[in-house]
Amino acid sequence: MAEVQDYKQVRRYETFSYLPPMSAEQIRAQIQYIVAQGWNPAVEHVEPNRSFSHYWYMWKLPMFGERNIDTILAELESCHREYPGHLVKLIGYDNYTQSQGLAFVVYRGS
Amino acid sequence: MAGKYQAGVKEYRHTYWAPDYVPLESDLLACFKIIPQPGVDREEAAAAVAAESSTGTWTTVWTDLLTDMDYYKGRAYRIEDVPGDDAAFYAFIAYPIDLFEEGSVVNVFTSLVGNVFGFKAVRALRLEDVRFPLHYVMTCNGPSHGIQVERDKLDKYGRPMLGCTIKPKLGLSAKNYGRAVYEALRGGLDFTKDDENVNSQPFMRWRDRFLFVADAIHNAEAQTGERKGHYLNVTAPSPEEMYERAEFAKELDMPIIMHDFLTGGFCANTGLSRWCRKNGILLHVHRAMHAVIDRNPNHGIHFRVLTKALRLSGGDHLHTGTVVGKLEGDRASTLGWIDLLRESYIPEDRSRGIFFDQDWGSMPGAFAVASGGIHVWHMPALVSIFGDDSVLQFGGGTLGHPWGNAAGAAANRVALEACVEARNRGVEIEKEGKEVLMNAARHSPELKIALETWKEIKFEFDTVDKLDVQNR
Repeated sequence: MAEVQDYKQVRRYETFSYLPPMSAEQIRAQIQYIVAQGWNPAVEHVEPNRSFSHYWYMWKLPMFGERNIDTILAELESCHREYPGHLVKLIGYDNYTQSQGLAFVVYRGS
Repeated sequence: MAGKYQAGVKEYRHTYWAPDYVPLESDLLACFKIIPQPGVDREEAAAAVAAESSTGTWTTVWTDLLTDMDYYKGRAYRIEDVPGDDAAFYAFIAYPIDLFEEGSVVNVFTSLVGNVFGFKAVRALRLEDVRFPLHYVMTCNGPSHGIQVERDKLDKYGRPMLGCTIKPKLGLSAKNYGRAVYEALRGGLDFTKDDENVNSQPFMRWRDRFLFVADAIHNAEAQTGERKGHYLNVTAPSPEEMYERAEFAKELDMPIIMHDFLTGGFCANTGLSRWCRKNGILLHVHRAMHAVIDRNPNHGIHFRVLTKALRLSGGDHLHTGTVVGKLEGDRASTLGWIDLLRESYIPEDRSRGIFFDQDWGSMPGAFAVASGGIHVWHMPALVSIFGDDSVLQFGGGTLGHPWGNAAGAAANRVALEACVEARNRGVEIEKEGKEVLMNAARHSPELKIALETWKEIKFEFDTVDKLDVQNR
């Protein structure tokens, strides 16, 4: 059994923030999941020091009914280019439960 | 029309066995598994149960004639064989809604199970399921917040949440306890939990625990950037003390408290749940003592009834068993009561032990809590069985990590997220769980060592209480 190791404290961003940053394929796969579930994709972003707020900036509006993965990915990347230091989150809005079926930070900011 | 008074004992079946009766939408329906005494026939036993759980008694009484018994009486309307068991049978009984005080789970239990279980003509009796009409559901408090509001308050979406009961069960000082909480939360769990028997003992009084835990939570939140909570146990000797503890938790700005609904009682639980709604605090409900009531397949109350009762009384989380861990729970049956806890409309499904269609209307559902002897290797099965609207709790499975709680918490969180990520991608995580975990461990030394530590532990005993199925 190995020696006890120190656990370094790191800031996190909820779902998937304990995994390494996702590859392009992995991001596509999650977008695919959102679309397959019938959820409405959306992009939000915020300055890293305000991440605790319930309300982040909306990037445009939720992409209601959008099922094209490339379109959704393009908006995600567009927001990131516009706000390179911000946390950028991908959301899947579920209007049956009126909740977010999935929400995770894709770009982890500076 | 008005009949004449005839003193004496009548067979129950004359009044209470009604095979042609079509239950009303507004009736409460119950399914009992009955094992009668030898020589008591089925209709008579079923009718006796209907009578003794509604209006009847052992002899006619003149006052029966002052009221409209046909309006108020319970009726046994159907009898079914129990698959695989010749000694028992199912009796279906319908109760008019006016027999029950609005919003009172206490009253429903007192009526349905308060009297009839000691009845001599019945050797054993089990309440298998109850259909609460929507009319009655709407008079009840229900979960104070429910799944969606809880997620919105905590900003946690798209995954199960993670918890940990602090161990050892008893004996830590408040400050040491707070340390254990802090480490588990800063490492990546969403919640930590008071063990059910932690109330306010000489080695740790409740107020001191609440203060140190609040400190731990505020620190862990600030350092991780994620919302954290600890289920502060307000179960107390008296309602006054329970509310005193709840008020203090609120003063400390705590997001969630905890109550034991069976040992505390439904009266306390309903009151507390109403308080929680008024004060915006989440309520975690533990089920201490449930196995006394629900484990024997022939006598008692099935856990699915306790689940429904809790949903009506109120609570945002309920322990439902793990299926795979150290405590008992048949898979199909567990999935059945988890649906009863979370879904809006659950159709009859005997393969999962659901005897009636149950419509909850817009009453919110509560999170299913899986807790008891689980560790990282169980994660793929747990995510698959319980889905996202659940809280997976690893007590020993966090605190027993060779590098401590923070590492243990991180290992669990990495394992969880890896399973959810893979599941979303279409991977069958129950089958390929091992690969998913080993792959995730490449980026997490905490997970890697956790997988090595617990690989040999299994809990493979046959369940004592199974769904009644045809003998193979």
